[in-house]
Amino acid sequence: MAERIYVFKRFERFWHWSQAGLIMFLMLTAFDIHGTYTIFGFEKAVAYHTIAAWSLIGLWVFAIFWHFTTGEWKQYIPTTEKVVAMIHYYSVGIFRNEPHPFKLTQLRKHNPLQRLAYLGIMLCVGPLIWVTGGLYLFYDKWAAWGFGNLPLEWVATGHTIGAFMMLAFLIAHVYLTTAGHTPMAHIKAMITGWEEVE
Amino acid sequence: MRHSFTRAALLLCSAGWLAATGPALAEEAKAEPKPLKLTTTADHTKFKQLQKVFNSGPEVTKACLECHTEAAGQIHRTKHWKWEYLNPETKQTLGKKTVVNNFCISIASNYASCTSCHVGYGWKDANFDFKSEENVDCLACHDTSGNYKKPPGFAGNPVVKDTEFPPGSGKIIKGIDLSKIAQKVGKTSRDTCGACHFNGGGGDGVKHGDMDTSLAAPTKELDVHMDAEGLDFTCGTCHSTSSHDVAGSRYTPTAQDKQGARIRGKADKGNPATCVACHGNGPHKKEARLNQHATRIACQTCHIPAIARGGIATKMTWDWSTAGQRDAEGKHIVRKDAKGRITYESRKGDFTLAENVKPEYVWVNGQVTYTLITDKIDKSEQRTKINTLGGSATDGKSMIWPVKVFRGSQPYDPVNKTLVTPHTAGNDDTGYWKNLDWDKAITVGMKDSGHPYSGKMEFLKTEMSWPITHMVAPKEKALGCVECHSKDGRLAGIQGIYIPVRDNNKLVDTAGWAIVFLTLLGVFGHGAMRIVSSRKHQAKEN
Repeated sequence: MAERIYVFKRFERFWHWSQAGLIMFLMLTAFDIHGTYTIFGFEKAVAYHTIAAWSLIGLWVFAIFWHFTTGEWKQYIPTTEKVVAMIHYYSVGIFRNEPHPFKLTQLRKHNPLQRLAYLGIMLCVGPLIWVTGGLYLFYDKWAAWGFGNLPLEWVATGHTIGAFMMLAFLIAHVYLTTAGHTPMAHIKAMITGWEEVE
Repeated sequence: MRHSFTRAALLLCSAGWLAATGPALAEEAKAEPKPLKLTTTADHTKFKQLQKVFNSGPEVTKACLECHTEAAGQIHRTKHWKWEYLNPETKQTLGKKTVVNNFCISIASNYASCTSCHVGYGWKDANFDFKSEENVDCLACHDTSGNYKKPPGFAGNPVVKDTEFPPGSGKIIKGIDLSKIAQKVGKTSRDTCGACHFNGGGGDGVKHGDMDTSLAAPTKELDVHMDAEGLDFTCGTCHSTSSHDVAGSRYTPTAQDKQGARIRGKADKGNPATCVACHGNGPHKKEARLNQHATRIACQTCHIPAIARGGIATKMTWDWSTAGQRDAEGKHIVRKDAKGRITYESRKGDFTLAENVKPEYVWVNGQVTYTLITDKIDKSEQRTKINTLGGSATDGKSMIWPVKVFRGSQPYDPVNKTLVTPHTAGNDDTGYWKNLDWDKAITVGMKDSGHPYSGKMEFLKTEMSWPITHMVAPKEKALGCVECHSKDGRLAGIQGIYIPVRDNNKLVDTAGWAIVFLTLLGVFGHGAMRIVSSRKHQAKEN
């Protein structure tokens, strides 16, 4: 009989799934704006993208508050422990039916690679998108804010780079959710909060 | 009780009064001529000076000047009178008297025809007296009857008696009653300005594309300000006039109006005809980002989605080089398209016309340089610009403007390397429109304009740019974002600015999609390997 651990609390699950939905919608509208395809068309896509972006900012305000008041922020402190083991597991062990090298607990619910990946997203890709996106939103205020000489091209290109990185992350992230002890284990945990551990 | 009786009696009385007087009043109103609009303090039908027979334009003007003593002097100082303008920046002498265009080319030697649009009487040759007060034409602008006409060929004079014109043609031009017209003078209107400005280039809508007779009584769709059933602006509402000098100029256009909305009492020498003069520089209330756009983009660019929208085609090209063909009997040829619009005339050459034309877009800083008759031109593959609109992304005073670019080919002197001024209109042996002989026409025309002609002529490809500012659509019909924010949008040719979508970084796109593709490949490869290996393990266990 497998052990069950309550890993993801209610707010965390709400945060995760609303963020997932918003990010996917942002992606959809982003590449519409970018001219890759036309679903809503530039004008509407910009409007929807803006609404989704503000919603996500709102969600983040709550999430940041939650992380600090609950101490959950510590889950993202990077560690080198077992990183090599994780890389070995994903590249070799997983094909040999070897056991997962990381034992999940309530205090350490992300494996070391996850920690690094999420921290990277939060410290590099996130800020890139938010800073460039924020500037984009307030394009008309640049002169008043004292950076009228900032080239729009930099901001636009930076935002696009961020989008591609986020898309690549999204693909890898979705795939790796199937790398639990059963393919659906992680996804179930993110829905119910409970993860089965061997 | 008593109260209610009184009330009933009153009611009865008033009802009876209404019944008795109502129809009578209505009949009276029918019988009376329509009352004058209460927009003036003078009823010109009551002036003794105007209650007489006028046999010529100048006679009317003399009567006008008896009261309006300074009017002629004011007119004398204007472009409308002088057809001459010294551009203070470029020091070029411009004006209709001097410039050459690629429509009917030039007024030299063609005065009697062209000056039907002059605010004067009798300009038939280069010796016209510009000091004459009585030769100022008040009626051209102040007629409200709609009957005032100045047919081409009469040097700006109206025809007061039925006249056969051209002589011997059998065509009769009806004389008009100047007395009636003089008694009905009033403010200028779209009709009076339009009599000339709608018909520039020799016909309805020919020249500008954003001005044609559809603006005489436009719908809201066609022009949100001049909308005949709505705001009903006249030309003068924007081109507000001071001492008869009408604001607005194609020689020194206001590319960018930094002054904002005009407030009474504020010292202001700016152009009152700009959009900004009323709307200010931050007119977009809901979407502030559009105000940012408006710092580089002229209002007209988005708010005039197309020109020639009123059902009247504008001329887009004019090829003089094919003029001169005759049919088997030696007569002039006229060819028309399916819609009955002339596309070829022996006397003029080939035309193309178009409706609902998307303008072209260029940086405009307000400085316009003309290629004049005195300028040397090297014939090359590139079209010669008759007028060059100055402007760039970096000069700090340019805006992106819509323009109608009119392209054509016109006579040119390859020896002197200049444009030429042919004699076209005129019922004489040398007029090109009569005899189709370029050599005679150019020789006479150049003699009149006072410039040398080598005797050799070729055709030169030219273009002329006309900034667009009329036919402003309702805001719902303004251009959508995607018109420019797309790969091959309206501003595809605009240099020097970054336009999202148009200028997406190709390297970032290629690298970005490569990373996304590689990630997908890795994910699918990894997944496939996991499936294969787990099957192996299951097989082993079994």
